[in-house]
Amino acid sequence: MDEQRRVRRERLRWHCRRALLELDIVFQRFWARDEELNEIDEAALEKLLAIEDHDLWSLVSGREEIDDPQLKSVVERLRRS
Amino acid sequence: MSVTIRTFDAVIVGAGGAGLRAAIQLSESGFKTAVITKVFPTRSHTVAAQGGVAASLGNSEEDHWHWHMYDTVKGSDWLGDQDAIEFMCRKANECVIELEHYGMPFDRTDAGKIYQRPFGGHMSNFGEKPVRRSCAAADRTGHAMLHAMYQRNVKANTQFFVEWMALDLIRDAEGEVLGVTAMDMETGEIVAFHAKATIFATGGAGRIYYSSTNAFINTGDGLGMAARAGIPLEDMEFWQFHPTGVAGAGVLITEGVRGEGGILRNSQGERFMERYAPNAKDLASRDVVSRAMTTEINEGRGCGPHKDFVLLDISHLDPATIMKRLPGIREIAIQFAGVDPIKEPIPVVPTAHYQMGGIPTNYFGQVVVPQGNSKAAVVPGFYAAGECACASVHGANRLGTNSLLDLLVFGKSAGESAVEELKKSPKAHKPLPQGEIDRALTRVNRIDTQKGGANVHETQLAMRRTMQKHAGVFRFADLLKEGVEKIEEVRKDALRTEIADKSKVFNTARVEALELENLVEVAVATMVSAEARKESRGAHVRDDAPDTEQRPNGRDDENWLKHTLWYKEDNRLDYKAVKLTPLSVETIALKKRAY
Repeated sequence: MDEQRRVRRERLRWHCRRALLELDIVFQRFWARDEELNEIDEAALEKLLAIEDHDLWSLVSGREEIDDPQLKSVVERLRRS
Repeated sequence: MSVTIRTFDAVIVGAGGAGLRAAIQLSESGFKTAVITKVFPTRSHTVAAQGGVAASLGNSEEDHWHWHMYDTVKGSDWLGDQDAIEFMCRKANECVIELEHYGMPFDRTDAGKIYQRPFGGHMSNFGEKPVRRSCAAADRTGHAMLHAMYQRNVKANTQFFVEWMALDLIRDAEGEVLGVTAMDMETGEIVAFHAKATIFATGGAGRIYYSSTNAFINTGDGLGMAARAGIPLEDMEFWQFHPTGVAGAGVLITEGVRGEGGILRNSQGERFMERYAPNAKDLASRDVVSRAMTTEINEGRGCGPHKDFVLLDISHLDPATIMKRLPGIREIAIQFAGVDPIKEPIPVVPTAHYQMGGIPTNYFGQVVVPQGNSKAAVVPGFYAAGECACASVHGANRLGTNSLLDLLVFGKSAGESAVEELKKSPKAHKPLPQGEIDRALTRVNRIDTQKGGANVHETQLAMRRTMQKHAGVFRFADLLKEGVEKIEEVRKDALRTEIADKSKVFNTARVEALELENLVEVAVATMVSAEARKESRGAHVRDDAPDTEQRPNGRDDENWLKHTLWYKEDNRLDYKAVKLTPLSVETIALKKRAY
């Protein structure tokens, strides 16, 4: 992995440190699975991480749904965490 | 080695509720203010606070700050300082109304006033009956509060350093605090923040426990920095626990689950609460249930490979009831315990929630330490507020909704005190001692170059398991004694961790190693302070200090009505008197704490 990509990955990983424990654990498990993340997934994850914590938890726990197909695919992977 | 120096009037570490409130005070007074924070301000753990903020506004029914004060002293099991408690309760209305003016969207009554709801432990007329004192913004009070205060700071030109981690305090030979060293996570660069006022608002360190409701960012960075700089930590043996967090995760399972018929079972499948509370059984009070769970685990009847949890069983309930009456519980059990509670029981353990102790301060938010004849000499240039500080308003146990109040009142108070000092101080900053800057550089360099060291995650897990077993919700003399030795061993590992990733730029492994060095100081402080306190009081409950006629609830006012002060150096302990004299009213006299 090139340095630029590594830094982007690390930054994403840090942005997964959240205000709510529920999300911290979901993201911890997500990263621990070491899933293949292509650049489109990374961009989608970046967008999801910009969402406020309570709203993001509503999405991940399945209380809310999201329309955007890219984001939806990452949300579904998070739900499996 | 020389580092870049950035100069401010004030530097605040932490951008949760207390840090943002302090920053407003300084920036709006025209002082150049920096706020250093590991995460974006509105992602601080204050977001998780849902219950509300206590203030005796009396919007829904008659209320008075003196009644609120009484409840807080009683809740603290008389370990809270009554001057600070009076100050907080009297300031509550002003602070809540200010927040309203900042744009906080409080729930409203039909008449347009701030709506208030009841909350456990808050009573009218000195403990007579419940009173509606909590002001909330739906179930997102903490979140709304942070947003309102962040916007206000942006308007006041507070300078935020986001994704920066503070490393160490800078103190000169006279003990005056002159700022902090901090690392820019983006570049790995270490910078000295040179300031006339330094305010710590770094939150709690709940992550020292295996089971904790705290988010991962709550690593007690301010406490670690203070301890390394020779500042004692006060009353660290007092931690508030909830009985049922999901084992291994910490996410809370509401008490309503037992209310709907949930049963706690040990490894033999026994409904063990029948032995501890034959009448109330699983519906006994929080303390009783937590103690029973811990006893089962300690006596070898816990479940799982480590025998370190018990089971909460609702599989006998009608699935329709679970879905209807306990929404969200099934999702939480599936997501965090990997079990469907309709078919299988949920693994649960008593779970750490809030840290009552912290960096010792007075009610002005100034950090105070023993010096000469005084037990509370002001450390010049140093302030602390919120969960990282110990004013002490929560004493041995905190009332719900008093945590958000604490951070508003003492965040403001610390900010105001800093403003007053800055107005009096000479124009030039005192020179920075190079040796103090080197302390941080040496620590980071040690982590970067360590060979054959300990693994960060394994060491963190060892710390968390040791704390949970040896200094959990119910404490035993022999386990505490053993715990002191064990946690010392863990500390040795925490100070010789090795990381694989050596890169400077955005290296989260290095950040985690640094966080562990802070956490472990809090863990040691907790264990040593708890071992030494030979009584039960509030959240500190010992098996060898039971409820007797002579000592109700095991509390020993004769010997232990005093604050603990733990020093990192040699784990030395000192004690100081509880302030029993309020500011303007009479002392709330000692009596048995019963609800």
